[in-house]
Amino acid sequence: MPNKIYNKHVLISIDSSTLLAGARQVEKKLVETLKKEKLSESIKVIETGSLGLSDQGVVLVVYPEGVHYVHVTEKDVEEIVRKHLKEGEIVDRLLLEREPEVSTVSYTEDEFELEKQARIVLKNCGIINPEDIDEYIALEGYSALGRVLADMKPQDVIGEMKKSELRGRGGAGFPLWFKWNAVKNEPETPKYIVCNADEGEPGTFKDRLILEGDPHRIIEAMIIAGYVTGSHHGYIYIRGEYELSINRMERAISQAYKYNLLGENIFESDFSFDLQVKKGAGSYVCGEETALLESLEGKRATPRHKPPFPTEKGLWWKPTIINNVETLANVPDIILNGGNWFRGYGTEQSAGTKVYTILGHLTYPGLIEVEMGTTLRDIIYKYGGGISTGRQFKAALIGGAAGAFLDETALDIRLSYEDLGEYDAVLGSGAILVMDESACMIDILGSTMRFFQHESCGQCSPCRVGYQQLTLYVDKIAQGKGEMKDLDDMLELASFMNGSAICALGQSAYLSVSSILRYFRKEFEEHITDKKCKAGICSMSENTEKIAMRG
Amino acid sequence: MYERILRKYEPTADNLLFILHEIQDNEPKQYIPEQGIREVSDYLDLSPSQVYSVITFYSLYSVSPRGKYIVRVCDSPPCHLMGSVSIIDELSEILGIKEGETTENGMFSLEVVSCLGVCGVAPAMMINKELFGNLTPEKVRNIIDKYRQDKQPASQVAE
Amino acid sequence: MKVTIDNQTLELDKPIPILEAAKKVGIKIPTLCYYEDLPPIGSCGVCVVEIEGLGVKRACVTPVYDGMKIDTHSQEVIKHRKMAVELLLSDHPIDCLTCERSGRCDLQGLADNLGINDLRYPRLKYKEKPIDETSPSLYRDPNKCIRCKRCVQMCDNIQSVEAINVMGRGYETTVTVAYDHGMGNSPCVNCGQCISVCPVGAIYEKRDIDHVWEAINNPDKFVVVQEAPAIRVSLAEEFGLVPGDDVTGKMYTALRMLGFDAIFDTNFAADLTIMEEGTEFLKRVKEGGPFPLITSCSPGWIKFMETFYPDMKNNVSSCKSPQQMFGAMVKTFFARKNNIDPRRIISVSIMPCTAKKFEAARPEMDASGYRDVDYVITTREFIRMINEVGIDFANLAETSADTLMGTYTGAAAIFGATGGVMEAALRTAYEVHTGKTLPKLDFEEVRGMDGVRETTVDVNGLPVHVAVAHGLENARTLLEKVKEYKEKNDGQSPYHFIEVMTCPGGCVGGGGQPYGSTMKRREERARSLYTIDGKLKLRKSHENPAIKKSYEEFLGEPNSKLAHKLLHTHYVRRKY
Repeated sequence: MPNKIYNKHVLISIDSSTLLAGARQVEKKLVETLKKEKLSESIKVIETGSLGLSDQGVVLVVYPEGVHYVHVTEKDVEEIVRKHLKEGEIVDRLLLEREPEVSTVSYTEDEFELEKQARIVLKNCGIINPEDIDEYIALEGYSALGRVLADMKPQDVIGEMKKSELRGRGGAGFPLWFKWNAVKNEPETPKYIVCNADEGEPGTFKDRLILEGDPHRIIEAMIIAGYVTGSHHGYIYIRGEYELSINRMERAISQAYKYNLLGENIFESDFSFDLQVKKGAGSYVCGEETALLESLEGKRATPRHKPPFPTEKGLWWKPTIINNVETLANVPDIILNGGNWFRGYGTEQSAGTKVYTILGHLTYPGLIEVEMGTTLRDIIYKYGGGISTGRQFKAALIGGAAGAFLDETALDIRLSYEDLGEYDAVLGSGAILVMDESACMIDILGSTMRFFQHESCGQCSPCRVGYQQLTLYVDKIAQGKGEMKDLDDMLELASFMNGSAICALGQSAYLSVSSILRYFRKEFEEHITDKKCKAGICSMSENTEKIAMRG
Repeated sequence: MYERILRKYEPTADNLLFILHEIQDNEPKQYIPEQGIREVSDYLDLSPSQVYSVITFYSLYSVSPRGKYIVRVCDSPPCHLMGSVSIIDELSEILGIKEGETTENGMFSLEVVSCLGVCGVAPAMMINKELFGNLTPEKVRNIIDKYRQDKQPASQVAE
Repeated sequence: MKVTIDNQTLELDKPIPILEAAKKVGIKIPTLCYYEDLPPIGSCGVCVVEIEGLGVKRACVTPVYDGMKIDTHSQEVIKHRKMAVELLLSDHPIDCLTCERSGRCDLQGLADNLGINDLRYPRLKYKEKPIDETSPSLYRDPNKCIRCKRCVQMCDNIQSVEAINVMGRGYETTVTVAYDHGMGNSPCVNCGQCISVCPVGAIYEKRDIDHVWEAINNPDKFVVVQEAPAIRVSLAEEFGLVPGDDVTGKMYTALRMLGFDAIFDTNFAADLTIMEEGTEFLKRVKEGGPFPLITSCSPGWIKFMETFYPDMKNNVSSCKSPQQMFGAMVKTFFARKNNIDPRRIISVSIMPCTAKKFEAARPEMDASGYRDVDYVITTREFIRMINEVGIDFANLAETSADTLMGTYTGAAAIFGATGGVMEAALRTAYEVHTGKTLPKLDFEEVRGMDGVRETTVDVNGLPVHVAVAHGLENARTLLEKVKEYKEKNDGQSPYHFIEVMTCPGGCVGGGGQPYGSTMKRREERARSLYTIDGKLKLRKSHENPAIKKSYEEFLGEPNSKLAHKLLHTHYVRRKY
């Protein structure tokens, strides 16, 4: 059956934040109104994933014009249909106030050619209906898998991955080909492919939007990983809070089974692969790969001692690949365009693009995908629209709660594995929390330490007790009872945790404490010597008790 | 009820988290009762202490009864920066309960949680499966009011 | 592979953990959560060492590799080690003086060795948690717990009881039972193995010393004491003597000095048990089952069976344990012979076991009209009594037990070691059944420390298949094997007779034994028991003259009506 030709397409973004703004109601009203106006035959409504605009309510995009309407309510629908869709007159009052940046997940007419943009991971997000496998296929979806199964040996795929220099986007930055190759060479079977979609790093929601916006991309990448390593079982571990991601992924998997892209003899090859979603239940430490394995096995998510590494002894102590969602999302395009193409993006040691979630005191908080090496300044001012409050930039926390604090001297840093390394910082999950002058660094460090003392798995005392003690130090300073020697003691304790905690959750204390003291030591000293919190946030008395006791 | 849920899953330990979710979702008071723990452990051939151990590890599960509506407020650094403390205080005041408590009429439980993954609209909270972002104390009041208009106390729905 | 540890080069053929490699060059790296008989846990961070190029790592879980260079006490290492302990101290009540483990606490010992002389970190904000007193045998003080998980490993992996587990997360992480209803309302079998591995004072037995003193000091009471077979080989180490050495004579002297009115021996009742159980076994042989018959002396195992294998109730011997048989005989036979009103008798037992406290308290243990056993104290409690009054145990003269219920054979002595009951039973069953003298008394096949051991004994042409298991995980494995075999073979049992001991090593490894009861120590004690057996003239229960006398003058014959009333019991089905 030939595809119907429509005059116009209306994309409605359905993700967790538009849903809470009433996207379903708007959609219903839109479909009804189109029917009433007899436009159903010529105008198609397409549900799509996130458009990367976090703070803009229900978002509609009308094609081919590429007009973005934001904060759309049920009441506005009639006006849009009558004025714009019928008469071709744009409804100005609902327009997105800014021109979307090239790299944000949104597009304008002339940017429809994807090559021009630094979008690899998010190239389909907001463009296709994630609940319809045909739309993914229409945009070359599963053709990488087809090519792999038809023409490529596992070693060829690893070769392309090696050429691409794709590194893990989950935090550690480990080369993808290395893990794949290690598992490929393991004699023991069965082997497992695990996608780490337990995105718990505060400030990070990129994986959620990829899962909600382009689930088949992950499925495709995992099947390829299975083929390369000789694995026939995959699991996608999604955090329990991500209802929509879980639903979309489950739906995508069942569609893929229907098309025989999963299951027995994929593409009539002799390769078979099964894939299943596993749901988390609220635990940050599950993002640590061995903790995730424990959780997948139905246990408490306590990290394992390494070695052995999961590539050797992973899920049920069998060789296992664990890749982050964003990492996997790069794989199909690397296959289609070649490793060298991917390597063409980015910096010397950081190939490709990076997806960031940018938030805090920003005009346009949200999701962006930019080339590796983009400066922090560009991210804040170009893509994030600058500081929303009109105040001065003060600090950025890069890489999530387990990341490093930087001040304005670091604004021109290129965000890449190697450049951040020079600042003792990490790319981490790609969360960038921007703070203006109204923020108090003692308060924000306290929040970070409390987060970790709550999320510590509790198994090793350096982490379990260490975070509690660090929280006590910060509270003491916030209560105006700090002493100068506390600062060095905190650093010493954090450095101990870096060496003695079993996993990165405990070890990352050092990054937080050392970076914040390097750039904001003066502010701590003011709290201690002048007993003053310039931002007026710290109580400088016992009243913080309530907050202090909170997990 | 348990039997119906259990039968849907292969009796292997890796299904434990799924099963626990489903038991809790089907329990009007949104928790996993002792009987549930017993039946799950029998079915999966795990000890009750192990099942209990797993439940108490994950923050989405509870072993004690909770309200019809669980209000989960995020207090991770991004939400904290954007004012989650005032949201928690407001909720605490209008609901008359502290973190970890349930209102007497069984309508609301208040929980302070780690990241909900909607940091773009911080400060954020989740009531059961609904998300709310860009919160202000006023917004919170309106939202809770709407839920309150559902006058039917939870326990009546339950039994 | 070549490894350098503190400038000493070591040749190794496989990648063992650094901790073990270090031992080979004479360095005992300090540990806290590590316990030699359990898989390494790595929770405390005390055993860190510095590896060239890798930094600080845990010695217990890090395997060596070729060319590894290790410094076990660099400045960095000492700093880390100290901080690990200092942090734990901030999460621990500093009430050492009144703590059960004072002077025997691993954390205290480490703090001492590391020269920690001030509390660097403030005590954490703390909600005092109540001490769990629900168990009949032990207390759990969650405030003292350092979450090292040794007890959990023991309960789950070695004993397969899984009563306790780690609960909660983050700073709320704690060790407790399902539903948090208390140990007494859990499948806990009271074996006390958690106590024996706890490095601090977070778990300890319920204390009955005070009751015993009160009885001794009450002139109206006649206080009788019995000591389990394992006690006499578990005291030496605590008084500067060679660990595992037999100090039976000194033990009797100490008991006399403490003021007990009659000093008897559980060994007497062990011989009695063999008479009853042996007879029961031979009856089953005659009647063709039911098989297997399983021993019943170990109260932890009994509760385990009642909880996890209640359908095997009829396979378990109806005999009471030696402790309870002894108690029943004291308040009847002994009372009558000496014309003492049983109401005046206080029956005290000294046991290597915490489950014996539970057993003595079982409601049905009063067939004589009186409680079989009034108070049970552990080996540790006994040692405390000796130290309390200042008895110079090492230099005591050796004396004998009192007659009537203090005479025993070598068969009774070995009850304290895994396989001992089986061996004792075989000696008697063989001779009673065949009427012949056993050519060789030592049944080597059932001795030793392998988890499950089995053999077939030719009893006058009748092949008797027997098996022995110690540690409840091993027992579980054995029972599952029996179940499977029976299902496949039309109800036929692979064994006729099975001995199960709750604790690894048997009673010598009981949960009431002195701290530091490693498997190595348990083996030393067991060896000593076999030495006692070897030295005794009488080595078969049925040859014990005191036992003969008991039957002649009181019980009639084994399994008589009176014997059944006093010396046998029944079991219940338990659910948690």
